[in-house]
Amino acid sequence: MLSSKASSNCHGQDSLYFLGWQVYEKNPFHEVENPTGIIQMGLAENQLSFDLVESWLRKNPDVMGLKNKDGESVFRDLALFQDYHGMPAFKNELVEYMAKIGGNKVKFDPNNLVLAAGATSANETLIFCLADPGDAILLPTPSYAGFDRDLKWRTGVEIVPIHCSSSNGFRISMFALEEAYERAQKLDFKVKGVLITNPSNPLGTTMTTDELQSLITFAIDKDIHLISDEVFSGTVFDSPSFISIMEAAMDSNLKRNTDVLSRIHIVYSLSKDLGLPGFRVGMIYSNNQTVMSAATKMSSFGLVSSQTQYLLSYMLANKKFTSNYMKRNQKRLKKRKEMLVSGLKKSGINCLKSNAGLFCWVDMRHLLCSNTFEAETDLWKKILCEVGLNISPGSSFHCSQPGWFRVCFANMNQSTLQVALRRIKDFVERSSFNYQQIMASLSRKLISNWVRKLSSADREEQER
Amino acid sequence: MGLLSRKATCNTHGQDSSYFLGWQEYEKNPYNEVNNPNGIIQMGLAENQLCLDLLEPWLMKNPDALGLKRDGISIFKELALFQDYNGFPAFKRALVDFMGEIRGNKVSFDPNHVVLTAGATSANETLMFCLADQGDAFLLPTPYYPGFDRDLRWRTGVEIVPIHCTSSNGFKVTLPAIEQAYRQAQKRKLRVKGVLITNPSNPLGTTMARDELDLLINFIEDRQIHLISDEIYSGTVFTSPSFVSVMEVLKDRNLDQTQVWERVHIVYSLSKDLGLPGFRVGAIYSNDPVVVSAATKMSSFGLVSSQTQYLLSAMLLDKKFTKEYMAENHKRLQKQQKDLVSGLEKAGIRCLDSNAGLFCWVDMRHLLKSNTFEAEMELWQKIVYHVKINISPGSSCHCIEPGWFRVCFANMSESTLKLAIQRLKSFVSSIGMKSQSHQELKSLRRKARNNWVFRLSLQSFYDREQDTTTKVSFSYRPHFMSLSNIAATLDAAA
Repeated sequence: MLSSKASSNCHGQDSLYFLGWQVYEKNPFHEVENPTGIIQMGLAENQLSFDLVESWLRKNPDVMGLKNKDGESVFRDLALFQDYHGMPAFKNELVEYMAKIGGNKVKFDPNNLVLAAGATSANETLIFCLADPGDAILLPTPSYAGFDRDLKWRTGVEIVPIHCSSSNGFRISMFALEEAYERAQKLDFKVKGVLITNPSNPLGTTMTTDELQSLITFAIDKDIHLISDEVFSGTVFDSPSFISIMEAAMDSNLKRNTDVLSRIHIVYSLSKDLGLPGFRVGMIYSNNQTVMSAATKMSSFGLVSSQTQYLLSYMLANKKFTSNYMKRNQKRLKKRKEMLVSGLKKSGINCLKSNAGLFCWVDMRHLLCSNTFEAETDLWKKILCEVGLNISPGSSFHCSQPGWFRVCFANMNQSTLQVALRRIKDFVERSSFNYQQIMASLSRKLISNWVRKLSSADREEQER
Repeated sequence: MGLLSRKATCNTHGQDSSYFLGWQEYEKNPYNEVNNPNGIIQMGLAENQLCLDLLEPWLMKNPDALGLKRDGISIFKELALFQDYNGFPAFKRALVDFMGEIRGNKVSFDPNHVVLTAGATSANETLMFCLADQGDAFLLPTPYYPGFDRDLRWRTGVEIVPIHCTSSNGFKVTLPAIEQAYRQAQKRKLRVKGVLITNPSNPLGTTMARDELDLLINFIEDRQIHLISDEIYSGTVFTSPSFVSVMEVLKDRNLDQTQVWERVHIVYSLSKDLGLPGFRVGAIYSNDPVVVSAATKMSSFGLVSSQTQYLLSAMLLDKKFTKEYMAENHKRLQKQQKDLVSGLEKAGIRCLDSNAGLFCWVDMRHLLKSNTFEAEMELWQKIVYHVKINISPGSSCHCIEPGWFRVCFANMSESTLKLAIQRLKSFVSSIGMKSQSHQELKSLRRKARNNWVFRLSLQSFYDREQDTTTKVSFSYRPHFMSLSNIAATLDAAA
């Protein structure tokens, strides 16, 4: 009766990533009203710098009021503006902002930008443009849980994972890349591209120029595309600084391959950097004119509200504001991350070294009772239901090693984070106390068994 | 260079049609009363610009709505973070109340059955993804909105099979036409998943009568398929008969607890009624919880900006305002439509009798050199390039009779409309003078050849649609043969 898409679960929302949210929503933590509720640490949102945005809004009431610099209402023009090419002023500001994030090493052309209703829409649209149903995209794991829905569900495109492991800090090795490509071919999938998230979700790390250039070389070699999802690029709070795929492609050796720029595409959004996920502002950047043309038409299915384009074009045009925002936001992210990392360390839990993102990639392998995903799920359930923290298990990110969790830190205030850290500490102590008790009990049993065996052996000898 | 997808490189986006090409020409030389009085007047854009002046005072009286405040306190943070695909509850409640009001409160809607989307464009595509698989088909009465070729087919891979409607009965949907379309789909080995109607119709500007809706409900019940009713123009019904939603008919027939109830879905939007296409507010309404669930998840690909949801929830919650707005809106639409219809009549051009919409369905068959789509294109090009008016030719709406055009009236001032009518009048007079000597013969020819050329057009239409033309012409061959003698006689007389 309905389509196979509606009746299947390819939307991927039966994963623990989303189930954790559902449990959280039934019993959400509130400092005053529900202090024993579940603390949401599974949501990668940036809530640390709203005060900066609100202060700008207070100083610029006309923009909210849809008035121009002369105090005249532009409501009518905005109400009618549905041009899928997007508001020129807004696109001009966006490309400048993107360039600023990358240290102004690359200049972006607003004509190569297509707006979309969030990065969710941008990613799906790009896949519709680059791949047909049954084709495949290679994706390094661990990767954002939402990709199962965004890249595969309605497009019919497959994801083939590039397995990364803790042995080298989860970096993409050429070996893993080639292995994934071969695996795809064995499965009879036509590989159309590689999609990377840089900075990485869930790792919180940025890629080096070498890594990026290896990927570009691989893409050229296999005649495929390279999509760089850079939605977290504005959250880089520590060195090494962010290097966009475009910057890496500017290398003279690579530029000799004249169509290299036609196969590289960027996805960006204001949801993570500016903390405005509700406003649905995403975009695709590409030098490939055919992609631009098709993606522009497809953006009809998810245009950005003109009311929102207007507000944000003014905000981004204020360069003093954006410089100040970026600096202070990054400082706050760094401080908050350090608080999480040091707090976890006191509980004997380590995190992957990170310099970006709104989360840490946390190593809880030593808390598993066995090196399995069943044990990881058990631990996840305990932490969700007994400890009262919604964190995201590595399996929901398709991590190939059990025991890793993504823990978000930027969507709560300091005191809530302190509560969360205390709860983890208590849990670990309890677990280790229990573990010690179990070990002690086990040891006692072992010793008593051994002593019994020894005693019976002695007796036998004596009897002989 | 890595290949792109078929979707990116084909032209199923349908934007090579004359509907969109006309816009492009307009954009190169747009009319402006002051700056470009000889430019092209845009009459190919179905937008409601007549009542924006009513919205602005409301905004001034309610600064909190734009200022993202509640009782004077900023809720910016709450809205900036709000990305819940279940939508802003207050907005959904206000929206269903507004939809109920438009339908004279004869039906009430449940906000839990609403899925918000970025415009009706997104809503229609999402419904296709939920109801049909690649290679399935939906039946659509012609003429229909040209954008459907993109919205319903492009990325979904779903096919459209037309239900041909003709001027012989005012383009109403008939049972033989629906059944013919269904058989056509089967011949093409397409599995029909449903029927999609636009009510009020774009481009006709007419509302469907109860008997048409009954017919459709009976048909989908019988075939166990879906019915999508795109009701985005429901708020533009400016004169009788009043709007009857398919939901009302289902309720009146006590079908609201049956299986068919779950197979009828509505698409709505604020782009036409409130004239706010830029804000991207669309909605799917369905009684099938599985559809609502799937569509809700899919709406992630096109959510409505929370900033906009908040603004419009405040506006729609002001029932006094919406009532006054709708009354005035209808009044202005009716006046502008009357001005266009009477103006065209003075130029010897008639329109289909209409009671809704932002456009008229205009009969220019008598201005065609021959009863063909080539002649229609020729006329259209003259009107765009020489008369300097962008109107939409019926062929772009998949009409099977050449000579009909959709002419919009709600996106311009009274004076611009007057100018457009004047230009058309002069154009018609100029044609009239040239062909005066052939007028009588033309009229005679037209009457007698009507059906015969109609079949030719149908064949050329199917050629364009890539249908199996032999099958089509075979079904009409007997009639074709009997009229060909008459045609031969007329040719000899000419």
